Amino acid sequence: MKTSLRLAGLAAAAVGLLLSAGAQAQQPIKIGFISTMSGPEGVLGRDLSDGFKLALKHANNTFGGRPVQVVYGDDQVKPDVGRQVVDKMLESDKVQIVTGINFSNVLLAVLKPVLDAGAFYISTNAGPSIVAGRQCHPRFFAAAFQNDQNYEGMGQYLREKGYKKIYLMAPNYPAGKDMLTGVKRYYKGDVAGEVYTTMGQLDYSAEIAQIRAAKPDAVLVFYPGGMGINFVKQYAQAGLKDQIPLYAGAAVVDQTILPALGDAALGMYTGALWSEYLDNAANKRFAADFEKEYNRIPSPYAALAYDTGRMMQAAIDSIGGKIEDKVAFQKAMENVKFESVRGNFKFNTNHFPIQDYYLTKIEKDEKGRLVAKLQQKIMSDLTDAYSGDCKMAAQ
Amino acid sequence: MTLSLFIEQSLNGVQLGVQLFLMSAGLTLVFGIMNLINLAHGSLYMAGAFFAAMFIKITGNFLLAIALAIPCTAIMGILMELIVLRRFYARGHLDQVLVTFGLILIFNDLVRMVWGVVPVPMPVPALLSGSVEIMDGVLYPAFRLAILSVGLVVALGLYVVVVHTRTGMWIRAGASNRPMASALGVDVQLVFALVFAAGAALAGLAGMMAGPITAVQVGMGEPILILALVVTVIGGIGSIRGAFIAALMIGIVDTFGRVLLPHALGSMVIFMLMALILAWRPKGLFPVHG
Repeated sequence: MKTSLRLAGLAAAAVGLLLSAGAQAQQPIKIGFISTMSGPEGVLGRDLSDGFKLALKHANNTFGGRPVQVVYGDDQVKPDVGRQVVDKMLESDKVQIVTGINFSNVLLAVLKPVLDAGAFYISTNAGPSIVAGRQCHPRFFAAAFQNDQNYEGMGQYLREKGYKKIYLMAPNYPAGKDMLTGVKRYYKGDVAGEVYTTMGQLDYSAEIAQIRAAKPDAVLVFYPGGMGINFVKQYAQAGLKDQIPLYAGAAVVDQTILPALGDAALGMYTGALWSEYLDNAANKRFAADFEKEYNRIPSPYAALAYDTGRMMQAAIDSIGGKIEDKVAFQKAMENVKFESVRGNFKFNTNHFPIQDYYLTKIEKDEKGRLVAKLQQKIMSDLTDAYSGDCKMAAQ
Repeated sequence: MTLSLFIEQSLNGVQLGVQLFLMSAGLTLVFGIMNLINLAHGSLYMAGAFFAAMFIKITGNFLLAIALAIPCTAIMGILMELIVLRRFYARGHLDQVLVTFGLILIFNDLVRMVWGVVPVPMPVPALLSGSVEIMDGVLYPAFRLAILSVGLVVALGLYVVVVHTRTGMWIRAGASNRPMASALGVDVQLVFALVFAAGAALAGLAGMMAGPITAVQVGMGEPILILALVVTVIGGIGSIRGAFIAALMIGIVDTFGRVLLPHALGSMVIFMLMALILAWRPKGLFPVHG
């Protein structure tokens, strides 16, 4: 009796060993996806994660022959909360890649623990200048953009357009200053006013009256989220829309706020790193499948998160799923070949994108919904201004 | 600054002030009479805007939507008072702050579940979508003039009710000395419920009027709540007259501060004003409690 028990025990242990050996080959690739899912900015996290989930679906949830397991977390736009969520992902979930963050201040708070733990960070959105320059890192990749890029193309366009005197406005926080710095890097004419307003400001009537008095040739604003709704509505209501053209850079007046803006946004010009009208096969498939899956037009947030997922898949496929070999995975990401929904995409030496910049105009589509219609390409192979400061270390 | 720009900016200031007054009137009454700090007052503002946006979508008529949304917000206020807040009158301010802060989180997520995360559209009614030439070369959005008039009418109405009616007398009595008013036969419970419903309706109205010019989105009540608290404290807790004067003051000072001062100073000028006024009159401009 005793021996048979022992035998049974041995057999069970052996089977267990076999099972775990089998699991070794099929061990999932673990990804931590942290973003702003709650509160007024929750719309950003929703679009980012929806885009990423669609990329997983298109990949049959398999990267390089291994199943992909994603842990989702909410940073609540708070750097300290983001830090806690990421610590848990790294320590108990043992994630190998972290992604998803939309706010640069949250990203900067979680970056050190992620990189110190030996994991990769591949950004679907935020791309702060410091990581593009002096603090560039072999395991950090910005798949979306360097923050300033969103406005640099617009600066170039306003210069080409021949405007002599423009008026700039943004909320008073680091990204606001980065964006306007991006504009001024390419626009060389006069700046009639450069106004920074309080974060989350509701009423812009006083500032709009000042614009009217300053009589600039054009107004360029960076007001993401609810601030964009407030400003664009009030600008139109003040009757200025038809007198002084209003411009915004990329990822500001998009599908995260267009449904709420209504006709106030019609005719406005905005920059874009991606548009649902870009003519390439990957983009057509993405735009059609996204609308079928979620019953709405994708935003640039969703598109760039989708692109990030596709890029990870291509890189991991090319090394047969062995992302534990970190040097190989880094090389695979640096030289990644995939069909980007943006068309032209490659990584610069600082692991930030080299990509094209477009102009779009807010119009109605055939179903009467507000969309950003593609107008023209403004710049090709736009790099960022910080890559010269980056000396990429070896892992 | 030219004269026409000065006039335009003054109008902007008064209009912002009037909007703040709609929001603060309910807050100051509830605070003054029931001694209850209701942080969820901003949620009523948000609810007003969302109800109105929903009814506009259904009926297509702005006025009708407002007429439907006001009672909805008032009922929401009454339910809030009956179910939760009534139990907290006798508790300390810290408990009240905690429970009403909790309510903010709950309402924000409820709105997210019902209306989704994307801000909802709320167009300006066609009749008021244009601009009015108030003087040579100065165009002013008609809808903002409408906000201004609604605010002034409500202020006048509140003044008449509070100062010249029996109900108003009860309210004032309750605000200045609750136990004494109760001992003299005022049905304090009823007055409380009335005041709460009226305050909720006013906050909702403020949200509805703000909807067409700002974003109707989750969490829209919080930024304005902070300004309304400043107004309440400057005006003297419980004083409608104080709230009106303080709201206009904040509206004008904020508008000119933003335009004339460098940004760092401009954004804190109203808080410096509050500090100055409180140093001079610690109970606000028009203290109600003896």
